[in-house]
Amino acid sequence: MRFLSLAGRNIKEVYRDPVSMILGVAMPAALLLLFSSIGKDAPLDAFTADNLTPGVTVFSFGFLTMFSAMLLAKDRQSAFLTRLLIAPLKSTDFILAYMLPFLPVAILQTAVCFAIGAILGITLDLSIALALVVLFTVAVACIGIGMILGSFFTENQVAGAGSLVIISISLFGGVWMDLKTVGGIFESVGYALPFAHAIDAARAILKGSGLGGVTTEFYWIIGYTLVFFLLGVFSFRWRTKHAS
Amino acid sequence: MKQNIGRNNKGPENENDYAVQTFGLTKKYGERIAVNAVNLSIKKGELFSLLGPNGAGKTTAIKMLSCLIKPTAGTAAIMGHDIKRNPAAVKQIINVSPQETAIAGHLSTWENLLLMGGVYGLSKEETKKRAQELIELVGLTGRAREQVRKFSGGMQRRLSIAMALISDPQVLFLDEPTLGLDPQARKALWKQIEKLKGQKTILLTTHYLEEADALADRVAIINEGKIVALGTPSELKKDIYGMQTMVIKAQNFTAEIIEDLKKAYPQTKKAENGIEIRAKELVFDDIVDYLRGQGVKIQWLSMKEPSLDDVFLSLTGKETADEVS
Ligand SMILES: Nc1ncnc2c1ncn2[C@@H]1O[C@H](COP(=O)(O)OP(=O)(O)O)[C@@H](O)[C@H]1O
Ligand SMILES: [Mg+2]
Repeated sequence: MRFLSLAGRNIKEVYRDPVSMILGVAMPAALLLLFSSIGKDAPLDAFTADNLTPGVTVFSFGFLTMFSAMLLAKDRQSAFLTRLLIAPLKSTDFILAYMLPFLPVAILQTAVCFAIGAILGITLDLSIALALVVLFTVAVACIGIGMILGSFFTENQVAGAGSLVIISISLFGGVWMDLKTVGGIFESVGYALPFAHAIDAARAILKGSGLGGVTTEFYWIIGYTLVFFLLGVFSFRWRTKHAS
Repeated sequence: MKQNIGRNNKGPENENDYAVQTFGLTKKYGERIAVNAVNLSIKKGELFSLLGPNGAGKTTAIKMLSCLIKPTAGTAAIMGHDIKRNPAAVKQIINVSPQETAIAGHLSTWENLLLMGGVYGLSKEETKKRAQELIELVGLTGRAREQVRKFSGGMQRRLSIAMALISDPQVLFLDEPTLGLDPQARKALWKQIEKLKGQKTILLTTHYLEEADALADRVAIINEGKIVALGTPSELKKDIYGMQTMVIKAQNFTAEIIEDLKKAYPQTKKAENGIEIRAKELVFDDIVDYLRGQGVKIQWLSMKEPSLDDVFLSLTGKETADEVS
């Protein structure tokens, strides 16, 4: 259980950085409140709680990519990872210790978004549990992307690439409105990526569709998550074997 | 075969007396040879220094010895465990304070030490006990609960060494432990390292000659991946460092005088307002008498103790790279 010590450190390293907490948790919450208040003045369907809450939650997961990649890139650059690689740890220890700490972050982000969603009038029934399953799958994909970026990029490059992921989710995920109503390149690019599928699925579930109504979307999400997760694991594994 | 011969030998050449032995240890990066067929034997309990300029191959050597990278050729044994065949055993008994400080900035001193204890599989109680002792040893008592990213360079280095000591390694590698520190912090850190002498086998790399001189039982000078000299600091001083330099300031030195001196002392050269003579043994009276006889009016004369930098220069043809402060 040596990975637990390291995972504990990684959790502290993330939570003790106020900037990451503000960007990853407080900002999405503020955006959710902002957009829903716009929705009140102009009764657009896009800005209802059921539509906005899953969108903003997935948007906030973009920061999981940023944080996990940043932690790894920083530890590589400061040679802290070198110190750890000298220790008798296994590849699995590293992978668990650098991925698991971001699940509580995802839980916190989701909890904050859905708590606000509840105040704003999200449908409150068992469908929420199903929506959460769909969303957490995407969270795992985002952490996987973070491992890929963090294994190969420097801190500065991660800042750029991580922002690109967050912007991509925002533009091509249909976070703020249904991509089908936007159309064009946003629709075609968006549905080639997993984020729009996840947001669509969670929205449909909240509006009463069971898992049966979103099977296509679910395959997209699971497929992409597997790819990103495995690529993340292999990138990091490769990095732990090729120290410098 | 080789090992058997070593074992049968009685006396100081016994294999079991060595904590670290390298056998033609080599690392190539493409065409560049970072470490070139290095053979070293470090005795148990010894503080051994690998001294060399930047890029000499010191860090690469430590990376191989700590099983971070694989040698291109040759191998090494740490306490009898081969680094290629049994890296798991090696990892359990060594620890490294890397050249970069490599500490967790958002954690406190205490938390950094507990983390490393956990990573090495120590029990909570044992880690806490050792952490307490180490915090005192490296003089961080009173700062144990602060996040370490705000610490001075010297304090971070001390923590880095404590983190390497938490696993109670039999062999400790210190890669340029005083790099980037001001002279005061450097001297303070030397005191801490001196306390470890005799208790652990330590391989310390440095590009500061004074550091190797002050701390090491034995020194190997490494240049472009090769060991170019090896011995105790005093041996090295006698054999290699033992150059004396006489600086003479005077007018009317002629080319003939310099040529004449060169016959006796080949390393005679023109210097600012005079000449410089370097040799292992300078016969002071002869030189002065000769110069007087030639009608040279000596204005100023001094004997320079060989600076360690001079030695390095003569040995490797390179100045030691000093920190730009
Ligand atoms: N990963 C690497 N790839 C290519 N060359 C390297 C690598 N690491 C070190 N080198 C080269 O090997 C030589 C020795 O480097 P190093 O061991 O870091 O020297 P030192 O620690 O003595 O300053 C240098 O010329 C350096 O550029
Ligand atoms: Mg080095």
